[in-house]
Amino acid sequence: MKLGVLFSGGKDSTFACWKAMQQEEVACLITVTSRNPESYMFHTPNVHLAALQAEAAGLPLVEAETAGEKEEELLDLKRALLRARDEFGIEGVVTGAVLSVYQAARVQRVCRELGLWSFNPLWLVDQDAYMEDLIDAGFKVVIVGVFSCPFDESWLGREIDRRTLDELRAIARKYQTTLTGEGGEFETFVVDAPFFSRRIAFEEVSRVYRNYNGVLRVERAGLVAR
Amino acid sequence: MILVVDLCYRENSLSRDEFVRPVEQILGKAGAPFVVRHYAAVTAQDVEGADAAILCGTALRDTGFAEHPEKFRWLTAFERPVLGISSGMRALAAAFGGDTEPCCAIGMTDVRVLAPDPLFAGTEVFPAYGVHECTVQVPDGFVALAASDACVQAIRHRSLSIYGLLFHPEVRNEWILERFIELSGAALP
Repeated sequence: MKLGVLFSGGKDSTFACWKAMQQEEVACLITVTSRNPESYMFHTPNVHLAALQAEAAGLPLVEAETAGEKEEELLDLKRALLRARDEFGIEGVVTGAVLSVYQAARVQRVCRELGLWSFNPLWLVDQDAYMEDLIDAGFKVVIVGVFSCPFDESWLGREIDRRTLDELRAIARKYQTTLTGEGGEFETFVVDAPFFSRRIAFEEVSRVYRNYNGVLRVERAGLVAR
Repeated sequence: MILVVDLCYRENSLSRDEFVRPVEQILGKAGAPFVVRHYAAVTAQDVEGADAAILCGTALRDTGFAEHPEKFRWLTAFERPVLGISSGMRALAAAFGGDTEPCCAIGMTDVRVLAPDPLFAGTEVFPAYGVHECTVQVPDGFVALAASDACVQAIRHRSLSIYGLLFHPEVRNEWILERFIELSGAALP
């Protein structure tokens, strides 16, 4: 089955893509960029780098923009999926939804309208096992946004390796937060994945940070050999 | 031993992690031994060795299981506890002669309990997650146990612990699966 992956460049959609590749044919990535940083559906930090990730993965990218208004963005999503269906013949859509009933239900409704299958391979995944799998499989995941205490500026740009995962575990226990950032505690960006031919190198970054709220914005990046 | 039946479009499909793995996780946490079989590969031995069965759901467009009613005939003679979830409810109802009727819902809905039953005891209304194109007509020998404003959400055999749930209990209603495990006596002491 030819599939399109709803792709933000973060760990969940990238890992979902990799899972989909084990079972079916991933024909394209689909990225919806929101002009609204508070978007209900589409995460925003560094989504402009999706084209570089798609190049690393050797996959075509269907890009669409949305104003990011609550229900309006569903129409923009529908248009993007329609383009992916027409241009790449996708029969189904893959998302990285883990716990969000809101997100999963909305995507499934749009898929139903378009006659597309819907796949959520990370749905209700055991968070600890998932983070282990991510590292074991060779994903290099960097934290590019922090949105809650105790994630301060020092977390921006940190790779989630085993040491960081241990720290995240301790934080999740102490602050009753999710281990994966599912609750919006932090956002991630994937610089390398098992299906990338090259990895992404940040050449110029800028940081905006205040009161446990910050973003590492990648101004310039390129592909380099591993 | 609980027999967990995967109804997805093929064995080890991309949908397995979405519809079977969450049920496995809950069984694992509850300490209930289980074995997973694809619906097309269930053997007489699997059925014989099971203390209870759970039929998992499928993706909305995944209705291939409904074209193979003969693969679910074992349910009519099983007589031990069964929980059919969403597509699993449809397969279960079909085995007992229940037809489907259109009722599409994707997302959260309020479910009202209609008749007293140990599975829902102590709860009258709860929000539940559903992804379905249709519901089932209550088969002969079954009763409607719960409903939403739109359709029947749960059925039960009149004398056996054979249940069908239209919603997905593994999403935000793990307690229902835990209670089914208790009812089936399948958890390790």
